[in-house]
Amino acid sequence: MGYPHKSHPQETPVLSKHFGDPAARTLEGWKARGGYTALAQALTMAPTAIQDVVKASGLRGRGGAGFPTGLKWSFMKLDDGKPHYLCCNADESEPGTFKDREIMRWTPHALIEGVAIGAYAIGAETAYIYIRGEFSEPIRVMEAALAEARAAGVIGPNAMGSGKRIDIWVHKGAGAYICGEETALMNSIEGKRGNPRIKPPFPAVSGLFGQPTTINNVETLTAVPHILNNGAEWYKGMCLSSPKSTGSKLFSVCGNVARPGNYEVVLGFSFKDFLYDLCGGPPAGRKFKAIIPGGSSVPVITIEEAEQVRMDYEGFLEVGTMLGSGGVIIFDDAQSMPRQLARLARFYAHESCAQCTQCREGTAWMTRILERIVAGQGTFEDLDTIFDLSESMTGKTICVLSDSCAAPVVSGIKRFRGEFEALITGRRSSTVAVGG
Amino acid sequence: MSHGPSAPAHAHGHGGEAAPYVPVFTEGSARRRELDDLISRYPSRRAALLPALWMVQQDRGWISEDAMREVGEQLDCTAAYVKGVVTFYTMYHQHPVGRHFIQVCTTSPCLCAGADDVVKAFLEHTGCKELGLTSPDGKYTVIEVECLGACGFATPVQINEDYVECVTPEKVPGLLAALGD
Amino acid sequence: MSATKMVSLTIEGRAVSVPEGTTILEAAKAAGVLVPHYCYHPGLPVAGVCRMCLVEVEKFPKLAPSCATAVGEGQVVHVYSEKALEARKGVLELLLINHPLDCPICDQAGECELQDYTFQEGRADSRYREPKRFNPVEDFGGDVLYVTNRCILCTRCVRFMDDVHEAPVLCVSERGDRAVISKAADADLTQPWAANVIDLCPVGALVSKDFLNKARAWELDRTASVCPGCSQGCNTVLETRDNVVMRMKPRPNDAVNQFYLCDVGRLDYHWMNRADRLESPKIRLADVLSPVDWEIALGQAAEALRGRRAYVVASPQLSNEALFLLKRLIGATGGEGAFRCATGPEAPLPGVDDLALRADRAPNVRGAELLGFTRRDGDLLAGLKSGDVLVVAGDALDGVDLRRAVDAATVIVVGTVLPVGLPTPVAVLPIANVAEEEGTFTNLRGRVQRFLQAKAAPGLARPSWYALADLATAAGAPSDDCALPSRAFAALAAAEPAFSGMSYDALGLRGAVVAGAEVAR
Repeated sequence: MGYPHKSHPQETPVLSKHFGDPAARTLEGWKARGGYTALAQALTMAPTAIQDVVKASGLRGRGGAGFPTGLKWSFMKLDDGKPHYLCCNADESEPGTFKDREIMRWTPHALIEGVAIGAYAIGAETAYIYIRGEFSEPIRVMEAALAEARAAGVIGPNAMGSGKRIDIWVHKGAGAYICGEETALMNSIEGKRGNPRIKPPFPAVSGLFGQPTTINNVETLTAVPHILNNGAEWYKGMCLSSPKSTGSKLFSVCGNVARPGNYEVVLGFSFKDFLYDLCGGPPAGRKFKAIIPGGSSVPVITIEEAEQVRMDYEGFLEVGTMLGSGGVIIFDDAQSMPRQLARLARFYAHESCAQCTQCREGTAWMTRILERIVAGQGTFEDLDTIFDLSESMTGKTICVLSDSCAAPVVSGIKRFRGEFEALITGRRSSTVAVGG
Repeated sequence: MSHGPSAPAHAHGHGGEAAPYVPVFTEGSARRRELDDLISRYPSRRAALLPALWMVQQDRGWISEDAMREVGEQLDCTAAYVKGVVTFYTMYHQHPVGRHFIQVCTTSPCLCAGADDVVKAFLEHTGCKELGLTSPDGKYTVIEVECLGACGFATPVQINEDYVECVTPEKVPGLLAALGD
Repeated sequence: MSATKMVSLTIEGRAVSVPEGTTILEAAKAAGVLVPHYCYHPGLPVAGVCRMCLVEVEKFPKLAPSCATAVGEGQVVHVYSEKALEARKGVLELLLINHPLDCPICDQAGECELQDYTFQEGRADSRYREPKRFNPVEDFGGDVLYVTNRCILCTRCVRFMDDVHEAPVLCVSERGDRAVISKAADADLTQPWAANVIDLCPVGALVSKDFLNKARAWELDRTASVCPGCSQGCNTVLETRDNVVMRMKPRPNDAVNQFYLCDVGRLDYHWMNRADRLESPKIRLADVLSPVDWEIALGQAAEALRGRRAYVVASPQLSNEALFLLKRLIGATGGEGAFRCATGPEAPLPGVDDLALRADRAPNVRGAELLGFTRRDGDLLAGLKSGDVLVVAGDALDGVDLRRAVDAATVIVVGTVLPVGLPTPVAVLPIANVAEEEGTFTNLRGRVQRFLQAKAAPGLARPSWYALADLATAAGAPSDDCALPSRAFAALAAAEPAFSGMSYDALGLRGAVVAGAEVAR
């Protein structure tokens, strides 16, 4: 079942199968749909055996970085005598991305099951689901589902009668994009400013409360029960191209498109078919112009480039962008790219945690230059300055927020330089409405 | 360039002595029990800071420096420490806001779907003079907010707790009427 | 202790071997290479936020923050490679885009790391064409003003208050380029060690109210000294201009005060500049003090002491050398010595082992005790006997019951000011204060530390060792062996077992511990 639109025949609904179905939200409803069989099975397995299955499935982190999930879990030393923690990253804040919200709204028990299996697989008795503070409804749904699961003994001191303790708590954020960065997320749970931490130490060594910790995205963990139920081979078999990109993936589609929403396809799907068939193409009378395919932090590409891409980790890299979180932002030919990119830069300037110089000052400076160009006060030197500034902002800071600001802006200027030059020379493009 | 609310006029306009601060987490109160229960979920008291601040904001509408001090006392940290945290997270109000706190997402995906017209419509129909200022009747505060994570439902607007999806300028008057007082 | 594993690497072409776990920045320091940095400070937890200390490490995919990167065997580090220089140039430009560039009115100018590194590695111009952000100056309380616009958010001040002072009254407020250092309304920077944030601030953002607009850094002469404020003996720098002490700052010494100086000590230097000083030797003529030359005054003092017992009241503000010469005088006259010490509440700096503003508010209590002076905080003149000559050395006698002195009638004053309420002294010998002479103090842990002369003494006032050597000689305890401070110390070391084997030169500027001193750390 799709949401808000009906499922498209070319979709492969695994995670999204029950989107839009309120009955799937309850424990009873979820069990009726095959829920918690994977957890029951997992609790009879050795944690390393679960790790092996997930490794074999080829599942990679769906939050943006694409790190192999099973490998990440195997970094946790199971017999070190320390408390371990699992953090589920539900701080979905990457512009263009809204898939985790739907998972939590419609299939809270799917996430709980995935979190419980993940916690058990890394030797954690406590897991926190860090949900961004704005997500009031998903938080209510998750809290209700957790209460049900606790009351039924699915989780708690004796999860499903296994004798294993698995506590899962929701931790509500309070408005900070950067808390989606894993070390910032841990600081936020600890009651601190959401500042990313210097690595090393890595979370698997010293993470939440100084203890070994794994952080996984909502979508990643939600895929795990399906992998246990159907086997690694089944998951690996969901692959249309590179064997390094397996399984189904939710893509959030937004911007100037006929049918925005979430679409679940097997990795390797044709981006052209995706854009025109599944998403219905551009709005009436418009043409697609530019696409940011993986959440706002990845480079922007032209529609011509996009039409050549296959939708997997490697395919997006080949055209100089990334799969990222799978948040597809589409701009049509009525949009001013300078204006859109200036607004994106402003997002990063607003969200910079203020620690690193290049990010704190660079994101704000870049925003001001871009806004001045949009206001018709730009110069050609400004473009050089932006390129130079982006050098300072890339690869030199604790986290990648400033890189994420520079990436779409620099790629945007390279690909749509004409629009910037038109603003600088005063030749406003006739088809592009330029806002103030 | 902050989009956050600035101090509305009524925050300072009372004149005379400020009323003494009434604590939220008094001994034996429901809030105190709730906080203690939360603390038990974490190995450190301080981890309950964000939830504690949420409770204060739910009860008081905003987080004053007195409240920061009280929360700090509950969780073994100083008011300055709490201030550093409160000011980091944009959802915590450092000033009183209107009874209906309206946040319009204007980040790129929503901007290209016309979010700025939605903002204009809210300002026009609420009587708020500008972003961040509370309307003279104390009813509304409108701000622009960064990505609400509902980009496929442009333009999403968060009014107090809840999202309203797919808001267009035309829908704004009806939406405000439905909010009541 | 197990042997520390050493790691060898090459920094800027220099081979260096350092203990495992050392950061590249510290290893570079050991190799004699300064990596520019702002947020890093050896006394504070690593923040790694200014990104100024980026260096190129061969085989690393990215530049490394040298403050937060541990050395590795065989690493080859380039501090001044093109990549590293470009990165730091970028940081400097970004730190300056919103900076007011108000060096002409900034107290930090001349000792500002933003100036220094910009001069060394920065751009000659700025490409920033946007309006600069502006925030008002904020009074942080205590001695500290926060000039927000100059702040580079290195967070040294916050980390000092959090982790060293353990009084977290500062925070970073807001985020992005709106972020500033802030405090809550309920607590100011009035903690006893809070003003150290001024020294820690690498730029002109945290400035001293006491020093505000008083002097330019390049006009100041700097002299190594020891804080006379308490028995901790924190190492200091006295900064003077035109023979006036303008401020006192800490001088690092891991064995005593690490990098720090308390607010009480730091701000208690104004008395060193007081103008109402004894400037000339004097003798009593017809019950009135008349200026005379030194020979006459010394002669008069010797005359008064002939055949009588000297009851010496010495200040623990006096140097070991002065106290030693007073001890000789006591020996020659069969007298005795007493001292008193003002006290106050002890105020430790929690994050540093054995560092506190001590209860005894004088620098040389331990020295006075080692040299046989009796502490008489209650009744300073309790041992004074009829017929004694009361020799008051350095103590202004404020608040002392002087009735016994009135009975004794014969008084010699060796000091910087004339005590009030004494019978007219037969002789007054003006001496230099701690800023005006050199010598040594012994701190409460028995560390003997040198202080140097920072300014000239007024009028005919002489260094205390000089005046007291002459007085001892005149009173029958020949002290020609004390004709220089170093010789006075040598004589002291030869005579006093506790100081045995010490040499003035070997004390250097770090000091040495007396024999038999308990070591608390």
